[in-house]
Amino acid sequence: MTTAIQTVGLTRRIPGAIARTLVSNVDLTVEKGEFLAITGPSGSGKSSLLYLLGLLDAPTEGEVSLFGQATSLLTESQKADLRLTEIGFVFQSHYLLPEFSALNNVLMPMKTLNRLSSQEMRDRGISLLTSLGLGTEIDKRPFQLSGGQCQRVAIARALANDPGIVMGDEPTGNLDSVSSEQVFSILRDLANKGRTVCIVTHDLTLAARTDRQVRLVDGKIEKISLFRKKAVALEGKAAGKR
Amino acid sequence: MHLLMEIAWTHVSTRIRQTVVASLGVAAGIAITIMMASLMTGDQQDFTRTLVDSMPHVTVNAERRTVRLQPAEQFYAAAQATSAISAKKLTEIKNPRDVMESLRSWLPGAVAPSMKTTVIIHSGQKSAGVTLVGIDPRFEQNVSKLASQMQGGQIDDLYKGTNALIVGKALAKKIGLRVGSVENISTGEGMVVPASIVGIYSTGQAELDEAQIFGLIRTAQVLAGQPGVINELRIRLGDSRDAPEIAKRVEAITGYRAVSWQEANADLMSAFAIRDIIMIVIMSAMMFASTLGIYSIISTITQEKRRDIAIMKSFGMKAGLVLSIFLVESAIMGAIGVVLGWALGYLLCAAMTQVTIANPITGAAVPLPLAFEPLHYIVVALIALASCFAAAFVPSQNASRLLPVDIIRGGVA
Repeated sequence: MTTAIQTVGLTRRIPGAIARTLVSNVDLTVEKGEFLAITGPSGSGKSSLLYLLGLLDAPTEGEVSLFGQATSLLTESQKADLRLTEIGFVFQSHYLLPEFSALNNVLMPMKTLNRLSSQEMRDRGISLLTSLGLGTEIDKRPFQLSGGQCQRVAIARALANDPGIVMGDEPTGNLDSVSSEQVFSILRDLANKGRTVCIVTHDLTLAARTDRQVRLVDGKIEKISLFRKKAVALEGKAAGKR
Repeated sequence: MHLLMEIAWTHVSTRIRQTVVASLGVAAGIAITIMMASLMTGDQQDFTRTLVDSMPHVTVNAERRTVRLQPAEQFYAAAQATSAISAKKLTEIKNPRDVMESLRSWLPGAVAPSMKTTVIIHSGQKSAGVTLVGIDPRFEQNVSKLASQMQGGQIDDLYKGTNALIVGKALAKKIGLRVGSVENISTGEGMVVPASIVGIYSTGQAELDEAQIFGLIRTAQVLAGQPGVINELRIRLGDSRDAPEIAKRVEAITGYRAVSWQEANADLMSAFAIRDIIMIVIMSAMMFASTLGIYSIISTITQEKRRDIAIMKSFGMKAGLVLSIFLVESAIMGAIGVVLGWALGYLLCAAMTQVTIANPITGAAVPLPLAFEPLHYIVVALIALASCFAAAFVPSQNASRLLPVDIIRGGVA
């Protein structure tokens, strides 16, 4: 089992007259292929922690390493490259670009990376959307799609460049129960297939179906609990390695 | 940079109203600037043409720019010549034939001799002091437009009588002269001789027409009491703009003072220079005003697109690309504006040529002088595009510096 994300003493403060500490001294290790849920009351800093893990924000102190690579000394541009290739983000709102079709939204990160031919990009985009049950909706604009469909397009976009890590910030927060279940099972499936998935959620029933839950209070880790089956499996593997 | 164009084009093409407004702003600025520039240049060209047509491009006078040192002054530092009186009253160009011959060998134009003197022309109770230019009709058509400015009679009619004269229309009107009348002219010497009016000309410049009359060289020489003397050479060039340079050369070779038409009208030339500056200031102000539209619209777009910018940056798009997207958008709007502005400006100019104004002298309806200069179109377009770029730069850069977290954390859209 290799490490996907590791943090040491991760702290994020907002300076100013009323200085606040969003994330305080978090040490966390996420294994590759693990499905992690970050929970906690609102304002506990769970989203802030996710943004730090996903290199959207820079810590005041401490270090985030992705796949063993320390990131604190990277330039903005290098971080952008890492986000482009290794991290896929899904937010509470789908944040699709309204002027572009579902397919073009999915193609955007690929075109930004510009590693495949345009035909290959198109094929990959269509197969991603089809695998998420949107094969017939590829040319529709976001306003023509339901909330659940948009969120699935957003997941397809997050997967566009085949990242090792998928991050979700309340990815089911705006959805009805059916769509929510669909989206969650897609994420579950991604983790089962070896991708590292981190989500922030306040839905404890969903969180309970992930591999591990980190509960944050006032920016500090209050409790880490393992989903029983996975815990046994992890412990077993760890033991086997020894 | 396929993606860049795709996003920029999608933004401008899905926001037709904004794009049209911004482009029209630029187009209006360009059209009006082009029209103004055409009008000012046209007017200037028209004025210059009238001016240049009515006078020689270079006039060689029988005088020197600096007073020659007297021999005594040359040899003795303490010597000072005062009240030195020349034996001859009138200065003259020595050996005019040889001088002309040597000029003709290299001059890109024509040269003609003339004799200038001052006379008073009488008509009934009225009289006027005028400059009599003695010309040689054979050469005159090479150095002036007099032939085409004749409104009665011909230049060759000067041969048809003793002391035949061609007078300006303004003078004819002022003291009552007409073709065929015989009047008295008197000279500085107190000599009074009869002279016949054989022609009337008009240059369009009343002042000139009133002050200058033409006769044969011989007539002028007799009236000046200087037989055989030529005191002026008049030069007309293929290109009137070469005059200052040619004048300098002629002066260096002949030693006589050679005055280009630009030098003779230095005050006008400086007025033109001021007009040019005014034109540039007005053009800049217009382009500034029209690019304010671009600024405000790019600001609005980037403001409305904050969320999209955040998401694009979150999945790894770099600040440079985001900046380029909005600069390209402004360039697209600017380019549409330029094309529209060119068309509009051209149409405006075409419409303006239909406007006529009455010539204050002739009373004839003349169209507004407009110059079609491709250079105007190019310069205005470059200024417009540069201004669009500058106007879009600040909002685009602000947009490219947005931090995704700040917007995403800001909440639900």
